[in-house]
Amino acid sequence: MTDTAASLPISERRTQSQAWWNTVNAWLLLLPAAVLLVAFTHWPILATIRHSLFITRRNGTEVYVGLDSYQAMAADPIFWKALVNNFWFALGTIPTSITLALIMAIWVNRNMRGRGFLRLAYFTPTVLPMIAVANIWLFFYTPDYGALDQLRGLFGLGGWNWLGDPSTVMGCLIVMVIWKEAGFFMIFYLAALQQLSPDLEEAAAIEGASRWYTFRRITFPLLMPTTLFVAINAVINSFKLVDHLVIMTKGGPNNASTLLLYYIYEVAFTFQDSSYAATLTVVLLMLLSVIALIKFGYLDRRIHYQ
Amino acid sequence: MRGRTHPVEAVAAWLLALIWLAPLAYAFWSALHPAAYATSFSLSAPWTLENFARAWNQAPFARYYLNTVVLVTLILVGQLILSTLAAYAFARFRFKGSGIAFALVLLQLMIMPDVLIVENYRAIARLGLLDTIPAIALPYLASAFGIFLLRQTFKSVPQELVEAARVEGAGPLGILWRVYVPLARPTYVAFGLVSVSYHWNNFLWPLIVTNSVEARPLTVGLAVFGAPETGVDWSVITAATVMTMAPLLIAFLLFQRQFVQSFMRAGIR
Repeated sequence: MTDTAASLPISERRTQSQAWWNTVNAWLLLLPAAVLLVAFTHWPILATIRHSLFITRRNGTEVYVGLDSYQAMAADPIFWKALVNNFWFALGTIPTSITLALIMAIWVNRNMRGRGFLRLAYFTPTVLPMIAVANIWLFFYTPDYGALDQLRGLFGLGGWNWLGDPSTVMGCLIVMVIWKEAGFFMIFYLAALQQLSPDLEEAAAIEGASRWYTFRRITFPLLMPTTLFVAINAVINSFKLVDHLVIMTKGGPNNASTLLLYYIYEVAFTFQDSSYAATLTVVLLMLLSVIALIKFGYLDRRIHYQ
Repeated sequence: MRGRTHPVEAVAAWLLALIWLAPLAYAFWSALHPAAYATSFSLSAPWTLENFARAWNQAPFARYYLNTVVLVTLILVGQLILSTLAAYAFARFRFKGSGIAFALVLLQLMIMPDVLIVENYRAIARLGLLDTIPAIALPYLASAFGIFLLRQTFKSVPQELVEAARVEGAGPLGILWRVYVPLARPTYVAFGLVSVSYHWNNFLWPLIVTNSVEARPLTVGLAVFGAPETGVDWSVITAATVMTMAPLLIAFLLFQRQFVQSFMRAGIR
């Protein structure tokens, strides 16, 4: 937006007909992308809302049912379970992975021996497919034979069905996702740290400030924009990340690990109820819109101090 | 602070790094040793490639590889062409409706095709494309992210270069091809790396729209292969897992700096 002035000379001096010609050219350039964007983003959004108000009879005809599906959803305990799970999943993964990411970035930013290796180690999980990650961790959590139970065995403890028990399944998945995501968030902190002036810390050191005090009063506040940026992206991710459920738990046991997007997938493609799946999708779209509003309307104006 | 590091901190940093590599190291261990050693670590355990051979023979991984390569290539080429044209329109043309059009493009950054699986499945079914590689690619071909990144890059191209090309008689597309595209090379590399990584790893949508060996990408093939019902050995499944992630992992090890910088640029938008 900043340099619209630079793009003016193309059109400004020209006559009306050339401005019109410009518009035609621009829309021709946009056309291919626009068609696909409308077909696979905008139209589906509207179609989702429409389908949530209809049900499909067995003979294929659609019947308008108004908000019936929403009432059914409000009475559906699995929907609420998925929503609450999404909340705990976000709360379990985001603060911890952000904290770890910050610590990692501070370490990697130091003149420490082997920091290239450290960065490599922390970042590697980011490039792996979630489905491969799930396969590897699935084996850690296997009762009796898995690495975790073998470790427990060393202390004389018995086997435990980590993913089969509602009390441990979410925790296990959270640990895995933290491992997958922390290194990704690290690189944003690393970029921010490299932009900070070393003078600030030197000055603080000369004034005799302790390192913890320097971090708490200088470094961390200056990193606030990065923290908010990472947090928003982490929240969006927490709604999209369901690949692992397909092979690790299928949302179970007893829906203890199901998430909203996974439930949508199940309703649409296992239970074949696309009307109800549309209703559930509307909720997901609303949640994402709220995040978008917070991101663009509020944070983008606030987080840049400069 | 950059200079001094407490020894305790150095130890902690290394410990965390080792913990972070452990799952991966474990996967390689299990893939490269006979099944009997999958859970018991012994330095005398014999090394073997047998698990890879068995995985390769028990499922059509060659076909899955081919499918994934075709898929990521198709998506990348489509995204590059469509994003370049659209970004050029937004960066260098003043036209009616550009503001609204750009806002509508940005909408896809928040509501990605990944969450519109129900309606996109219907659309693909109506087009009669179910169970094909183009079906996996179509919803991703127009990338708001690519348009956004390239628009920013194009806007920073000096106007003098554009004028010079125009004086030499280049039309709008000639200017795009001769001036803008060459100058945006780093952006293309960054976007390309992120796009290839994303679609190499993507799983849920390909799982939904494919149903046969001919269309399935590696990730879906791996999930089908590793399903508990198949009763395949753990070591063989790990070997398949390693095969699935190996190409990206090797690329990452070779071009580490490029990867990290690309992901960073991709994230900060």
